[in-house]
Amino acid sequence: MDLIPTANQPIGPFYHFALTPGWSTGDNSAGVMAGPEARGERARLVVRVLDRDGSPVTNAMIELWQADAGGKYNHPADTREKTADPAFHGFGRLATDDQGLCVFETVKPGQVPGLKGKMQAPHINVSVYAPGLLRRAVTRIYFDGEPANLSDEILGLVPEDRRPSMLARPGAEPREWCFDLHLTGPCETVFFDI
Amino acid sequence: MTKSRLDLANQPGYTWEPYHSTAKRAPVKPLVFLPHTLSERTGPLFGDMPIAETDHDLTRQHAGEPLGQRMIVEGRVVDEEGKPLPRTLIEIWQTNAAGRYRHKLDDFRAPLDPNFTGSGRILTDENGRYRFLTVKPGAYPWNNHPNAWRPAHIHFSLFGPSFVSRFMTQMYFEGDPMLAYDPVFQAIPDRAKHRVLAGFDLSITEEKWALGYRFDLVLRGPDATPSEA
Repeated sequence: MDLIPTANQPIGPFYHFALTPGWSTGDNSAGVMAGPEARGERARLVVRVLDRDGSPVTNAMIELWQADAGGKYNHPADTREKTADPAFHGFGRLATDDQGLCVFETVKPGQVPGLKGKMQAPHINVSVYAPGLLRRAVTRIYFDGEPANLSDEILGLVPEDRRPSMLARPGAEPREWCFDLHLTGPCETVFFDI
Repeated sequence: MTKSRLDLANQPGYTWEPYHSTAKRAPVKPLVFLPHTLSERTGPLFGDMPIAETDHDLTRQHAGEPLGQRMIVEGRVVDEEGKPLPRTLIEIWQTNAAGRYRHKLDDFRAPLDPNFTGSGRILTDENGRYRFLTVKPGAYPWNNHPNAWRPAHIHFSLFGPSFVSRFMTQMYFEGDPMLAYDPVFQAIPDRAKHRVLAGFDLSITEEKWALGYRFDLVLRGPDATPSEA
């Protein structure tokens, strides 16, 4: 076999029964990343996926990957001497509903090292899949009003006028954050070449 | 000179006019090249996930046996350096033999099979190998263009060791005449199409039991070298 990565293909519309079985019954537990004992500041993260025309994308799947509140990734590549919070799962996965929404129960991540060891602003790594996306789209969610955003090197790589597309904003409820993910259109979210 | 890891010589881009739903959904603004940090070098691991025997034998998930041609899909998962990826989660989903998904939004007038769900999962072994037992999926119509049919395929979702290696594809069957008419498959550059085709393999085939197909996968490695485009 040759060693060129296999080609990506889209998720298609009929993945729920395999990847997000809770979708058909309204069971959101695959989006509950923070258990009752999890450390840190709770965040109810409401993600909405929109298409070119601003219409909700009702068959997208969102995956989140993040550090715990102490800034530790539960992964062997994070070799720093910190213990990952056992009550926290860094991974969450949900399908959008008929309004293009999905709601994760997580904590605000701590800071993790970035380029040359400089600390990054708190962020959540996001993968988006949907029919019509031939390969996943990757972005990050940062938190509006976070002072560390100003010195974050990855945000610094993004044209200034597009940075707001990566910010979650406080919602109506306490500890609620809202993130609109525009797949394309005038407000297209920043996506990364990873 | 802009750095890019998109590898459009071997991968589909986002926009592909013949696949009509890309028009309203494919990102069109320039992607931002992301230098890898700890956020990309880590990722969810599922190596300790309990996997039942029936999770990778889709013919034994119900009281009776599903209808259709019984088949084995077997292969190996490696990274770009050829290193096998052990204990990596593979999730699959597919139609039944008649081309119908067990999904409430699938309105194709083909029968459901009470003995077939069509989803499976497995962890690769220490050598990156996996093996599913299932039935051959069917083709089905979709609304992309007049008389449009998706060729028979199995969806594959893999995690690999990091956020960068996360991957989804569809496995098709070598020699399927419908591939020529499928805009989703045709979005793959010609030189890379063969990598999503499963070939019949007599060495995997079990005598008087099931046909064997081989489907190997290569996932992105953590240190993918960006090319200058």
